[in-house]
Amino acid sequence: MNTELTGVIVTFLITVLLAIPLGKYIAKVFSGNKTMLDFLNPFERFIYRMCGIDPQKKMDWKDFLKAMLTINLLWFVYAFFMLLFQDKLPLNPDGNPAQTPDLAFNTAISFLVNCNLQHYSGETGVTYLTQTFVLMFLQFVSAATGIAVLVGVLNGLKEKTVNNLGNFWSIFVKTITRILLPLCIVMAVIMAFSGSPTSYDGKDTITTLQGDTVNVSRGPAAGFIAIKHLGTNGGGWFGANSAHPLENPTYLTNMVELIAQMIIPIAMIFAMGIYIRKRKFANVIFGIMTVGMLILLVPTMVAEIHGNPAIAHLGVAQPTGAMEGKEVRFGPASSGYWSIVTTIISTGSVNSMHDSSMPLSGMMQMLGMMINAFYGGCGVGILNYLIYIIVAVFISGLMVGRTPEFMGHKVEAREIKIAALVTLLSAFLVKGGVALAAYFSAHHPEIAWAVKPSSWLNNPSYHGFSEMLYEFTSSNANNGSGFEGLGDNNTFWNVSTGIVLILARFIPIIGPVAIVGLLANKKYVPESAGTLRTDSITFGAMTFAVIFIINALSFFPALVLGPIAELFSR
Amino acid sequence: MKNSNKSSMFAKELVLPALKQSFVKLSPRAMFRNPVMFTVEIGTVIMLFVTAYSFKVNDKTIGNFSYNLAVFIILLLTLLFANFAEAIAEARGKAQADSLRKTREETPAKKVSIVGEIFTDEIHIVPSSQLKKGDLFVCEAGDIIPMDGEIIKGLATIDESAITGESAPVIREAGGDKSSVTGGTKVLSDKIKVRVTTDPGESFLDKMIALVEGASRQKTPNEIALTILLASFTIIFVIVCVTLKPFADYANTTISIAAFISLFVCLIPTTIGGLLSAIGIAGMDRALRANVITKSGKAVETAGDVDTLLLDKTGTITIGNRKATNFYPANGIDKKVFIKACVLASLADETPEGKSIIELANLNVNSFNTTGARFIEFTAETRSSGIDMPSGLKIRKGAFDAIRNIAIKAGNNFPKETEEQVRSISSNGGTPLVVSQNQEVLGVIELQDIIKPGIQERFARLRKMGVKTVMVTGDNPLTAKYIAEKAGVDDFIAEAKPEDKMNYIKKEQVSGKLVAMMGDGTNDAPALAQADVGVAMNSGTQAAKEAGNMVDLDNDPTKLIEIVEIGKQLLITRGTITTFSIANDVAKYFAIVPALFISSIPALQALNIMHLQSPQSAILSAVIFNAIIIPLLIPLSLKGVAYKPIGASALLRRNLLIYGLGGVIAPFIGIKLIDMILALFI
Repeated sequence: MNTELTGVIVTFLITVLLAIPLGKYIAKVFSGNKTMLDFLNPFERFIYRMCGIDPQKKMDWKDFLKAMLTINLLWFVYAFFMLLFQDKLPLNPDGNPAQTPDLAFNTAISFLVNCNLQHYSGETGVTYLTQTFVLMFLQFVSAATGIAVLVGVLNGLKEKTVNNLGNFWSIFVKTITRILLPLCIVMAVIMAFSGSPTSYDGKDTITTLQGDTVNVSRGPAAGFIAIKHLGTNGGGWFGANSAHPLENPTYLTNMVELIAQMIIPIAMIFAMGIYIRKRKFANVIFGIMTVGMLILLVPTMVAEIHGNPAIAHLGVAQPTGAMEGKEVRFGPASSGYWSIVTTIISTGSVNSMHDSSMPLSGMMQMLGMMINAFYGGCGVGILNYLIYIIVAVFISGLMVGRTPEFMGHKVEAREIKIAALVTLLSAFLVKGGVALAAYFSAHHPEIAWAVKPSSWLNNPSYHGFSEMLYEFTSSNANNGSGFEGLGDNNTFWNVSTGIVLILARFIPIIGPVAIVGLLANKKYVPESAGTLRTDSITFGAMTFAVIFIINALSFFPALVLGPIAELFSR
Repeated sequence: MKNSNKSSMFAKELVLPALKQSFVKLSPRAMFRNPVMFTVEIGTVIMLFVTAYSFKVNDKTIGNFSYNLAVFIILLLTLLFANFAEAIAEARGKAQADSLRKTREETPAKKVSIVGEIFTDEIHIVPSSQLKKGDLFVCEAGDIIPMDGEIIKGLATIDESAITGESAPVIREAGGDKSSVTGGTKVLSDKIKVRVTTDPGESFLDKMIALVEGASRQKTPNEIALTILLASFTIIFVIVCVTLKPFADYANTTISIAAFISLFVCLIPTTIGGLLSAIGIAGMDRALRANVITKSGKAVETAGDVDTLLLDKTGTITIGNRKATNFYPANGIDKKVFIKACVLASLADETPEGKSIIELANLNVNSFNTTGARFIEFTAETRSSGIDMPSGLKIRKGAFDAIRNIAIKAGNNFPKETEEQVRSISSNGGTPLVVSQNQEVLGVIELQDIIKPGIQERFARLRKMGVKTVMVTGDNPLTAKYIAEKAGVDDFIAEAKPEDKMNYIKKEQVSGKLVAMMGDGTNDAPALAQADVGVAMNSGTQAAKEAGNMVDLDNDPTKLIEIVEIGKQLLITRGTITTFSIANDVAKYFAIVPALFISSIPALQALNIMHLQSPQSAILSAVIFNAIIIPLLIPLSLKGVAYKPIGASALLRRNLLIYGLGGVIAPFIGIKLIDMILALFI
């Protein structure tokens, strides 16, 4: 087998092998069992005392959400104003300017919601202060928010009947101290020793072999790169993200970054199985998600490795595959793998330019984000999958002649209403956003905005459509990657994607919490032979069918006009 | 009564009024209840205007008149088909109810006159419709009972075949649990005085008819949840269609209004939307065909969810009552003497057990001379009965310990071998009846329960459905256990008192289970009310019938099993047709989306995997398929999808394959066929 493919397979296997013990560890942390890091207890107690938190206080689902939303609002205000005035604050050796209000709005939100859309470039758009104490801070807390909410939801599913989901604050603090910080320290050390910069010095000047002088941006990047992946954030220190040689210097760091972005989402699945004592349920979910990933991954890698048919048509041989927009040190296989990994989980970091991917790969990347539940982002991936499960439970419950049940609780109109709303939301946000953008492109290309709609798109026709579709899909999935041909740093894109980001983050979080909060309050129905088991492969297949059909029905026409038209036009 | 043969499904007398109803139901106010079909109606109205406009103006972006007209007609047909489905289901339910109602048409009633608050002895004839709740009437042999009521005086044999189809007459008498009479049945002998229990128009049957006719039909919880889900799918497709306009503008493609509306109507789940209420009505109708009157649609649905079934032993699990099966004389006693004593002791015993002893003995009863004999009745204290002959012979038969006491008191021994026999009978589920003559033990009679043939299989079927069966019996725990094991029930309540049923139901409900039970007596009423599905026998007391949420006209204790299956079938039919409806959309996308864009993006020909003739024929084929699938599925909706107790996962797999995968594939074939036929005309 060729080395490129071996590299991909080995990377995936290592990820799963590491995720299993990590999952066990995470389950222990939240069950309150003894772990290696119990020496942190006094430190956590200090945090609770400082903040006036009673970690024993149980919260019902409404209080749980209130706590989560309040603190998120606070972080948003903090981030917005820091970015707005960053030019006047210290730690700005390169003298970078302040962000415009619409960009600051977009940036603050996109980091708050674990998206990291980045309508700016790291080298010029932010300072070391805002990179480290605003953006990196948000990368920690947004990942922890997702995990904490998932743990709250699992608390609701764990017990037969319960009216609380645990204490948000204590779960949140533990997520950071016990999971994110330790892992990040390990990874940051690896990155630093592999060549990622770790200093507060400003730009360096080097002379290239050709004799030109080049300014090279630096900064305390290694830690940032660690949490950017471990927290499935994806926002790069440098503009070129993980395609940048200082952000992803070697094939080894490429593997480490790939493993890092997937490890917590996968570990959370195993942790869930142990935590709610339903290992088979978790294993089936892991299986279905993996199958889903493979369905997206295999065509992508085939397309990338085979190279561009348009170039082949010119009679040019492409022994290394499709290399436009890719780094030579990673090659098409690993870049293809990365492009799918980063889109199915909501990282959105890139090691190649997705705008240059083959049309089929572009479609698979978008599908990964539309589904957004094959592993998915930290915590939120499973929450998204839960919504699909609720719909699947309902339809299959009817199909076997029983009022639908999930985890021993009857699923009724209220839960279906919430699940339906969440399902609707992504179709509404993505298609609504693209429709708006397409409308301006088609009807008002020369409208007197700072950036005219006619100059938004880097490519005409189908690919231009894909650029717009990708941007809104990425925002809706809180992914953060982009078809970077799009001219997106202007009011229209900053504001529209900003709104999509908030709604697409918090409604799919509130939904599952509300559903589980309502379910957990209901009477527990013991299993019988007539109960449809949700841990069977049949039910897994049913969930997969629901995922397929909902997304196909929501997005087929849009995909036809973008990547599919492009695919068949070559 | 049980005329559920297939030919009657589309009988002429049902179809004609249903066709008329299909048009009446087009009224927006009626349509509004069904969000999916309501949006189709809006689309149809828009198409009506578009068609009219295209007749006057030749606008290329609107399309030509005949095409628009075709789309309009197909959409209208879609609506009519959906309305027809509901109307035919209603018509069938109504026809079924009417045939029951016919039995209670105007009959003369012998009303007891009332002066102030006091009933007199005077009787005058009034039409049955004038009887009100609380009135008294009298029925004699040959009379048709004019109204539902409760016997307050007398006893009569009654022919209930008009209601139950059962020809054997039944006995109804005042007091106790057999005091209820039903309007339309016929008194065969004797005279009874009856108090009317319902006002005209408020009997269970009247309520059921109202339920079927839709006046008081309420959506069940599952139906509401499904409607929400379908509405959300509809909204997704609104989004798909609305956003397609700017997408098309970007791609420099013009899409006609007809194409937009066709796409929308094809995508929204019209199949299930159109059939949803028909499925619900058909569920009640199926219950009615099984001679069960349901008081709400919800009750049928809940029946499908039942986890625990409480069944009375007698009549459900065993045939009638215990029967004598063996005589075991004690050592040294002649069997003939023993049997003769047994018969003598049972001569006056009117209980089924007593009669069965005489039956088993097979002696000529008339040869016994009992003049001057004194019969001793069974009492709870003595727990024995018997006869004192004029000759001084005292024969007693009774429970083992009762007879032993008699024997020991008189200084006689209780024979060892008989004692062993008693134990062996008990442990085999039988009831020993010891017989003594002049305080001396003669032997023991074995009484056995006869378990109904085929009942084990029914319980096995229930177990596969996930329903736990519980036998309720007055027997002692040992006997109960034996019968429970033999019949294959999962649990039993022995030596049951009425409150035991209630407590058991409550216990099950606390642990989250749904419980169904059947009952007839007044003391069953609280338990019937407490149970999630309470089926009262029609022969039961008024209190029992009020307390339950279903009434079984056949008084058949095994009916519960049927009701559970009807409930499950109702849910399954809904689930599978929903799945089918949504799965259909895949093919419709492949038909319509390439058709919309093929003129400006020729490369999309690759998506036209069905090789449909032209964009117009592709769109028409999809809409036609979407319309005719509704009437094609009406028989399935009315009959219900077959329920197979093969375990939930296997059932899901099966239905997912048939209706999910089938739902993906079928429209590809259907649309292609319609397109080929259309090609002959266009």
